Amino acid sequence: MEVSSPGPGPEAQFRAFLKEGRFMIQKSRSTGGYVFYPRIAEPRTGATDLDWVEASGRGTVYAITVNRAKTGDHNVAIVELAEGPRMMSRIDGVEAVPVGTSVEARITDIDGQPAVVFVPAEGAGA
Amino acid sequence: MSGSSLRGKTAIVGLGAAHWGEAPGRTAIEILGEAAIAAIADAGLEVSDIDGICAATATHGFPTLSVAEYLGIKATFFDGTNIGGSSFEMHLLQAALALDAGICNAVLICYGSNQRTASGKLVSMSEPQWHEAPYKPRHPINGYALATSRHMYEYGTTREDLADIAVAARQWANLNPMAFAQGPLTREDVLNARMISDPLTVRDCCLVTDGGAACVMVRADRARSMKQKPVYLLGVGAAQSHRSIVQAESLTRSVAADSGPRAYAMAGLGPSDCDLVMLYDAFTITTLMFLEDLGFCPKGEGGRFVRGGTIAPGGKLAVNTSGGGLSCVHPGMYGMFLIHEAATQMRGHAGARQLKTCDIALCHGNGGQFSSEVTAIFGSEATL
Repeated sequence: MEVSSPGPGPEAQFRAFLKEGRFMIQKSRSTGGYVFYPRIAEPRTGATDLDWVEASGRGTVYAITVNRAKTGDHNVAIVELAEGPRMMSRIDGVEAVPVGTSVEARITDIDGQPAVVFVPAEGAGA
Repeated sequence: MSGSSLRGKTAIVGLGAAHWGEAPGRTAIEILGEAAIAAIADAGLEVSDIDGICAATATHGFPTLSVAEYLGIKATFFDGTNIGGSSFEMHLLQAALALDAGICNAVLICYGSNQRTASGKLVSMSEPQWHEAPYKPRHPINGYALATSRHMYEYGTTREDLADIAVAARQWANLNPMAFAQGPLTREDVLNARMISDPLTVRDCCLVTDGGAACVMVRADRARSMKQKPVYLLGVGAAQSHRSIVQAESLTRSVAADSGPRAYAMAGLGPSDCDLVMLYDAFTITTLMFLEDLGFCPKGEGGRFVRGGTIAPGGKLAVNTSGGGLSCVHPGMYGMFLIHEAATQMRGHAGARQLKTCDIALCHGNGGQFSSEVTAIFGSEATL
């Protein structure tokens, strides 16, 4: 059996959406599961019926660290999206926030490329 | 078919070490070669007796080819599995399978690195992950720091708990003349050390050293008539989960919780049977998590368990008696050094740090960022 779909793959499609200012993730029609990072099939189920859906942009800080360096400090976080999957990102506008903090996605420019970052949600305790 | 068919079928009969610490002017293969030659001689064998090679390094794309060529070994079995620091515990399983199947008769498992003198820092073998790259993670430390932040959040683990792990490692290292980091180290020293990746300071991190280590494995029937006291392989269990820490199912339960029970089942033993526990301590959090995941204390209790010297010399559980990656030696991939210490203790050759009884030793290798976990259990003749 041959499985091959035309056109660019999920990673390129994700990047193209980002360039349009859209943070898109995948969702399987058959299992209802959300997928991030974008892939050709849902992990574990192997479901290939993945549609692109707009991410809610809501998430929670699952883990966070701050890199300390002479060139400057920067945080690196794992954000658990409201849809379920986790992603690496950074929390902008603060040095760090406690694990469990509610955050919201923003698309910003990092080194000339659009990327998803997060900021503390309105009313989130800091 | 049960994996227990491998229990006690093979043994380590030769051990070699080379240049733990600093080896200016020496290449990785030279350091590896010295450890390998030492292990073969220790076994009372010749290079020409070796017909199996297991190797993984940070510098060789085809490590078994490099080793075979450098030492002039004609191998009938070779395995270059590279899953990071736990590769060498995986090699124990591959070697045992090959020996038991009669594919070969004497396997050399070896590692060497000149990481300290060549670069001065831990060399990450990780190719960038595209979905991580924009955020400039620092690997491998960020993965472990992220896991630490989650462990603190879920279980109330403290920086003081982690510091006590570094202190215990140093106290063991102070009993080991081969350990690179010597001298007093207090909880306050660890807490006040330079922060690298919150909440881990430089003293929560392993050393960056040069060094090589190697062992020779043969079938048990042959081991009994050889020069050294055999260190029998009783069980090995492996598990792997993610490539990127972001994709880990849990940051506070590693798949050591799967590899451990597999190894215990093959060995017919449990955590309470272990006289020595060698845990891959790339960072203080790894010791803590593996104590939990391998059943030495309940999940979430690791911090309370290590408090106040439980795993230090004279404590209730002998952990990382060499001084570990934190204070003895850590040249990039540390798994072979766990095996070296376990076998040294089981032979009764550990000097001032020698355990009174060491009939059963557990080695737990970790690779990536809690990505690949391999648990091996060794036993003396009395345990067969």
